[in-house]
Amino acid sequence: MIPLLKRVAVILAAASFAGALVVAMLDLPAPTVHLPAAVEANMAASGVAHPVTAVLLNFRGYDTLLEVGVLLLALLGVLAVTGVRAAPRAVAPAEPAKRMLARLLAPLMMLVAVYLLWAGAIQPGGAFQAGAVLAAAAVLLHLTGILPGWGAPGPRLRVSLAAGFLIFLAVAGALLARGALLAYPPAQAGMLILLIEAGLMVSLGLILAGLFLLLSRDSGDEA
Amino acid sequence: MSASLAFDLLLAAALLWSAWRALATPDIFRAVVLFIVFGLLLTLAWARLAAPDIALAEAAIGAGLTGALLLDAVGALGSRKDGAP
Repeated sequence: MIPLLKRVAVILAAASFAGALVVAMLDLPAPTVHLPAAVEANMAASGVAHPVTAVLLNFRGYDTLLEVGVLLLALLGVLAVTGVRAAPRAVAPAEPAKRMLARLLAPLMMLVAVYLLWAGAIQPGGAFQAGAVLAAAAVLLHLTGILPGWGAPGPRLRVSLAAGFLIFLAVAGALLARGALLAYPPAQAGMLILLIEAGLMVSLGLILAGLFLLLSRDSGDEA
Repeated sequence: MSASLAFDLLLAAALLWSAWRALATPDIFRAVVLFIVFGLLLTLAWARLAAPDIALAEAAIGAGLTGALLLDAVGALGSRKDGAP
């Protein structure tokens, strides 16, 4: 049991730190550059109609490129830690009703993912949300015992995991040869963004699903 | 105005309460469920802040996938504990 004095000291320290954070937030100077106006002024050249997608994939595409790289590195880290093993056992099959439900829901979730990807150009949505829905579908299939966990990923899976990042990098590299990194020519911007997002959706879905399917094993096969 | 303000205050209070309960509850399973509840409340908060993009991502990744991972971890921990001699 923590002595009362120590507990009071911890609570006081935490409260004063939180107070300092709040004061710092309220003390922030007004931004000198009005970013929403700058985004609004350049929307016509971005190739998409939704400001958030324009910022993520066009104006600050560099950030998104590195973000996807970080996610890929995270999955490589999981692979390095879990190591290459024989194919893990499948989860025990769930009741028939649950399996039926999962079989019905999975195609619908794939449809929703593609819709989110397409809708990202004009309204909230985009590759990250679409990938998350794909990953959720894979997790659902895994938990109902339809999709076994991953052992060592084969070459096709490896390529699909890296494809989103590689397509993004290839587009960035091709544009770098023409001038600046990820400065899309306005006429082709919409098409290039859709191509990148389609690759990202597949890869992000597999990466997020992989974080689950590589780690999820029957606890019995741990030493 | 007053109805939406009341809802926001209720939402903020529920967020703080679920965050505190998720950290303080001794039962791991209950803590994970509270974490998922916290994620869904946070989704509502993002929606109230007119940030539907972040709300979507929070619901799918924060509450859904992370919650499923944590539940799976709790299940693995529980069965290992039972299996240990």
